Formats: sequence, structure tokens, C-alpha cells
Amino acid sequence: MVLTGAEIVIRCLQEEKVEYIFGYPGGSVLHIYDELFKQDKIKHILVRHEQAAVHAADAYSRSSHKVGVCMVTSGPGVTNAVTGIATAYTDSIPMVVISGQAPTHMIGQDAFQECDTVGITRPCVKHNFLVKDVKDLAVTIKKAFYIAQSGRPGPVLVDVPKDLGVDKCEFDYPKSVTIRSYNPATKGHSGQIKKAVQLLLEAKRPLIYAGGGIILSNTADRLTKLAHMLEVPVTNTLMGLGGFPATDKQNLGMLGMHGTYEANMAMQHADVLLAIGARFDDRVIGHPEDFASVPRKIIHVDIDPSSIAKRVKVDVPIVGNLNEVLDELIAQLKASEGKVEPKALASWWKDIDGWRKKDSLKYKMGKEIIMPQYVIEKLYEVTGGEAIVTSDVGQHQMWAAQYYKFDKPRRWLNSGGLGTMGYGLPAAMGAIFANPKTPVACVTGEGSIQMNIQEMSTCKQFRLPVKIVNLNNRYLGMVRQWQEMFYGNRYSESYVDALPDFVKLAEAYGHVGMQITKPADVEPALREAFVKHKNELVFLDFLTDPTANVYPMVANGKGLSEMVLAEDL
Amino acid sequence: MRHLISILLENEAGALARISGLFSARGYNIESLTVAPTEDPSMSRMTIVSIGSDDVIEQITKQLNKLIDVIKVVDLSEAAHVERELMLIKVRAVGKDREEMKRMADIFRGNIIDVTDSTYLVELTGDSVKLDAFIGAIDNDLILETVRTGVCGVGRGDRILKA
Ligand SMILES: Cc1cc2nc3c(=O)[nH]c(=O)nc-3n(C[C@H](O)[C@H](O)[C@H](O)COP(=O)(O)OP(=O)(O)OC[C@H]3O[C@@H](n4cnc5c(N)ncnc54)[C@H](O)[C@@H]3O)c2cc1C
Ligand SMILES: Cc1ncc(C[n+]2csc(CCOP(=O)(O)OP(=O)(O)O)c2C)c(N)n1
Ligand SMILES: [Mg+2]
Repeated sequence: MVLTGAEIVIRCLQEEKVEYIFGYPGGSVLHIYDELFKQDKIKHILVRHEQAAVHAADAYSRSSHKVGVCMVTSGPGVTNAVTGIATAYTDSIPMVVISGQAPTHMIGQDAFQECDTVGITRPCVKHNFLVKDVKDLAVTIKKAFYIAQSGRPGPVLVDVPKDLGVDKCEFDYPKSVTIRSYNPATKGHSGQIKKAVQLLLEAKRPLIYAGGGIILSNTADRLTKLAHMLEVPVTNTLMGLGGFPATDKQNLGMLGMHGTYEANMAMQHADVLLAIGARFDDRVIGHPEDFASVPRKIIHVDIDPSSIAKRVKVDVPIVGNLNEVLDELIAQLKASEGKVEPKALASWWKDIDGWRKKDSLKYKMGKEIIMPQYVIEKLYEVTGGEAIVTSDVGQHQMWAAQYYKFDKPRRWLNSGGLGTMGYGLPAAMGAIFANPKTPVACVTGEGSIQMNIQEMSTCKQFRLPVKIVNLNNRYLGMVRQWQEMFYGNRYSESYVDALPDFVKLAEAYGHVGMQITKPADVEPALREAFVKHKNELVFLDFLTDPTANVYPMVANGKGLSEMVLAEDL
Repeated sequence: MRHLISILLENEAGALARISGLFSARGYNIESLTVAPTEDPSMSRMTIVSIGSDDVIEQITKQLNKLIDVIKVVDLSEAAHVERELMLIKVRAVGKDREEMKRMADIFRGNIIDVTDSTYLVELTGDSVKLDAFIGAIDNDLILETVRTGVCGVGRGDRILKA
């Protein structure tokens, strides 16, 4: 069948069973948008800014395990999308971005809205393509979907010059593709897995440190099984939350810069560390030399060899897909009929229980002023722990991570690696499209929400009942906290003056707005939002304590054992 | 340590930029880089000389392998290998220097491939040390210009880098 390039793009996306494209039209993609108009299998979600299209596609993927798809026009469409693409890249999110480009014969001549899209996005995509011939279009899109979701996932961009939209060729969508230069790891090395099992069984103070890889590979159930077989403690990274149930008694909570006392102490004192789909980020291990100064054996499972031995020395590297590696690990463990020595394990748990007694997440409740932590605790209660929670970046993000207990994967969506303010609201939109029946809350701050606040308009158009939980402390709180701790209280440019009236703003966009100023009103307001206004977007503007800080805290460049607790102050 | 990294990659537009971009983005050092298509025109072979600790070189090879266009990577310096570089060096050759230059070119087994009244163009191949030695051996004031290709290398015997 002979089709135009524009028809081919749409047909390929249909073949990939794409439900939604998040995008924004413009000159170079008009041929494609015309074809989109003529069909009804794929729905297009018109955002208000390309960055939001990418975040929405990203969160659609994070909350569903499907590939997110977005479409933008050449030039400013692409440059607006870059922050979203980089956000997805650092957190390894599978995504396909289709971008328009100036016509092939004009590329390189500073044509209208021409930009070097492949060059600009190269460092923040898993791979990208400039398609120069309509005959290559279908196979390139096939490759893009394959690359995006296999191996270590990531965004792939396909740049399509405008003239390809009308060029014609025979359409045949390949069932599969092989790329000789790309063969992602699958099975782990059995000998290495055997060594890992041995090390774990001989351990006196074993710890599982599980990251975003568990979520990305859908292996939360396997991790839980493994942890229960071994009866060892588990800690999650910010990206791994929900990979092991937060309410499980073996869970120590999040570790790292704002991790719990017990998680960081366990990380520091474990003699055998099983790292699974986690990349020893600097926000997790603190100062690498301090971390390395404690002797311990490290087993590291990751699909990306470059994640292994990048920041710490590893004793047993296992390169493979977690699906297969965890299956084999569990099978070998079963076959060995071994157990971690009960006496040692009991004493290890005793240590941990001692650390837990510090109750490092406790905070002082105010009578007059709302504590931000309290809002998250109530959000957890009111939603029965069943909501999908997206967040922006800052103190509110950390409080959401610390106080909302995620028992299931793909419920916690945030920008961990890039730390992109502006992620939360568009992410909530993407999550609703993937999970129309699940309540979705966007925990944000008055700074972050304004970075993509225009998306309230998209929410109106598509009737997206996001519950925006704005922890309004009138400060770029995370910045203010660092200035208080490390810059002698010089609050340089961290006070946000002249805030809008968020209630009126929400109303102006056609939504419900509420401002909550007293602790006693927190729960009723949340109930009203989630029950009475279930099907509406509600902007909950909580005026919270402007002086509240996030604790515990491991200062930048310090060792994990040098944690600052709220009670120390 | 100085390492010779050999890369087999897809001969595609942009592949070179992906590799050079990787080095600059991650702060890896490039002493020299050479690339050209192989006997199979769909593939190129690249040799990069880089200096770094073992940890850095390990990350470099891993990061290179991660690039979709890269087919294979090997650190040639890990075992026996041969390396060569070509240099074209234009020197002033008048008076007594004319004879002296001819003699030096002969000692280094170079060829004089272009001659004018006052200049020689010497072509020299060898490992980088030899080319450096030639430059060191002649009077620096006589050098008019030098062009070096950068190093290319290959493993010895059965060490073969193929797709
Ligand atoms: C303000 C702020 C504060 C922060 N504070 C903290 C903190 O206190 N604690 C914390 O943990 N983080 C914190 N972060 C986040 C931090 O920056 C990193 O994003 C995070 O720690 C990385 O998580 P991860 O190690 O799980 O890796 P991810 O980025 O989730 O990477 C996943 C890993 O899994 C691998 N993988 C993917 N798929 C598979 C598969 N199928 N099989 C095997 N492996 C696979 C990947 O190759 C990768 O190495 C903070 C971020 C911000 C913005
Ligand atoms: C796009 C972007 N710009 C700047 C930053 C740096 N930054 C990190 S947290 C933060 C403050 C966020 O303020 P707010 O949204 O009010 O959240 P709070 O910390 O007060 O909860 C800033 C400016 C960032 N992460 N992202
Ligand atoms: Mg704030």
C-alpha cells in the first residue's frame, strides 16, 4: 500500500497501539496533524506548552509501563521540549518523541524554525534519528519504539522533515527489528548469581538497596519475594519507592540525603549490600570516600554495565535484566535451601530496631500553623494510600516521599535525576490518561506549580480531576533551607513575593480552588476535594509553616553517618 | 595511563558526533582520534587515544558500548598490539640544512615526497614516539608545518575486532 509520510507516521503509531499522543502543532508537523484529524484510533492531547507534553507522556509511561509518545514542531517546539526529554532521560523513561523539521532541501540554510534537533537533543536521549527519506520512516519508528523500551529504557527522538510528510512510498510496518550494534543484556551470569547467593547467605548484616530499576522492570513482586525469603531489611531510593511495600515491616524507608536514620545507618553498617536497579547516586551514598571507608561486600545488579562500578567498587557485578536475574537468584536461593544465619540476623534486626527508635521522621505539630508533613500524612489517610502521587521539586517533594507510604509500584512519579520543577502538574495529567479510575494528587510548591501552571487549561479541556496539593510556604523552600544551613541565613532570591491568588486562579481556569490556613481544616478540605469534588480539579492551597525544614539531612558531600536529625537542632 | 581504544561503529551521519560528544560531555580526554570506513562500507573503524586511570578507561569503554551506533569496542592497550601514525612535516631545506634534513629523513626511514628550492616535505610513519623523536631530532626553527593523522592501531595475531 502506497502512503504519504504523514500517513505512515500515524499508521506506525497505530501499529504500536499508541492510545495517546501528547503534543502541540506547528508548521513542520501540519501534514501529520492533518492525518491525525482523519482518524480516531489515537487521541491527541493538546497541552499548553511542549515541556508539559513531554512530562505528560513521561508520566503516562511511569504510571503504566507503556511507552509515552509526544509530538512537537520544529525549532521552538523542540527547544521547549528539551527539559522534558532530559527529565525522562535521567530517570530512564521509555518515550518516543516525534519532532518536525525544516524540509530536507532546506536543512542547513537557516530555514524558518530550523534547528539542529538531533544535535541539541543528542546528550539527553537514548538515541535519535533524522529521517531523510520517506522509505526509512517506518523502520525508523519501529527502531525508536524498540530502543526506547528495551535494555535500560530512555527517550528516543525521531526528527521528520516536513517534505517527508507528502512524499510517498510503499508502507509495510516491520514486525520486529534487529540492530546489530544494539544487544541489551538479558540473563545474568549464573556463576555470578551463585556467588551472590553465597555472599548473602554468609552475611551477618545484609541489606537490600533497591532503586528505580525495580519499577522500570516491573519486578516489585520478585523483589518482595526475595526479601521475604531472606528476611533481610530493604531500603528504597527516591526512584524505587513502591518497589517494596512501604508498610512491610522489613522496609526501612528511603535512604540518602533525606532518608530515614535507620535506612542510612543500615546502609553504612551492612556487611553485604545487594544493590538492585540502583545507581549509587551522590544523593544516596553521600561522600563516596566516606562510603568506601567502611568495609562491605557489594553485589550490584543492573542492566546497564556503565551503572556498575561507576561510583563505588563492586565485588559481584551482575549485568542483566532484573526479571531474569531475580528469577534466577530466587531459584538458586531456593535450591540452596540456605538461610542467613538466624543469630546474626536477629542481632542485625536489633541494631535496626534501635535506630528506628530515633523516629527520625517525627516533627512538631503546630496548633495555629499547618505543618507540611501533616498535610501529606492526611493525604495518605484520605486516599487510603491508593492515589498516584506526582510531585514537583523541592521540600514538598521530599515530604511526599517521606510521609506518603507507597505500597505499590508506579504510584510515585517525580523527577529524581534532573530535579525538574514544573514536572508535577503535567505528570498528573499523563497519569490520569493511563489510570482514569485512580485518584491522582500533585504535591507541589508555590514556586514549582508556576512553572507549568498553564496546564490547568489542558486539565479543563480534558476534564482531568487532578488534586493539586500546594504546600505554600511562600519560599523556594529547598533553596531557603540550604541558605539557612550553609549560607548564614542569607535568603538570596528565595522569597517568592507577589504570589497569585491561587483560589481565584483555579477558578479563572474553570476549576475549584480552596485555601486552607488551619491544621484543623486540612483533613476536611482533603475529603471535600477527593469526595465531593471527585471529578473536578481542585487546587488546595495550604499555607504551611515557612520555616519548616526537611529532616533527616545528610549535607552535600558529607558521609551518611553525619546525618542531621530534627531533634539535634 | 595512555590507552588505545578501537571502535567499530555504524558508518552513519552523526555517529562521530555521538562519540566526540560523549568525550566532551563526560570530561574524558582525547589525545587523538582517527576514523574511516572499513572494507565493509557500512562500518567505520575508529581509534581513540585517551589518557585516564583504569576506572576512567573502564567507564569510557562502557559508555562507548552504550551508544546505539557502536558495534564493538576494545581497549587495544590491554594486550599486544601495533600502532601507527602518519606525519607530513614540511621543513626548510637550504644550505647545509638541505643535506642534514635528507640524512635525518633517511635515519627515520621517512620519504621526501615533495621538494622545492627551499623546502622538503617529509612523510613519516611509525608509532607516536617515533614521530615525536623526529621532531625532537631536527632543528625546531626549520619546521614550517606538521600534520599528523593521529594513531590507528590493531591487535596482534588472533586479536581481531570484527562485527
Ligand atoms: C531535591 C532532591 C532530593 C533528593 N534526595 C534523594 C534522597 O534523599 N534519596 C534518594 O534515594 N534519592 C534522592 N534524590 C534522587 C536522586 O537524585 C536520584 O535520582 C536517585 O537517587 C536515583 O535513583 P536510583 O539509584 O534508584 O536510580 P534510577 O535513576 O532510578 O536508575 C535506575 C537504574 O536501574 C537500572 N535498570 C533499569 N531497568 C532495568 C532492568 N530491566 N534490569 C536491571 N536494571 C535496570 C538502570 O540501568 C539504572 O542504573 C533526590 C532528588 C532531588 C531532586
Ligand atoms: C527548573 C528548576 N529550576 C530551579 C531549580 C532549583 N530548585 C530546587 S528546589 C527549588 C525550590 C522549589 O520551591 P517550591 O516549588 O516552592 O518548593 P518548596 O521547596 O518550597 O517546597 C529550586 C528553585 C530546579 N530544581 N528546577
Ligand atoms: Mg515553596
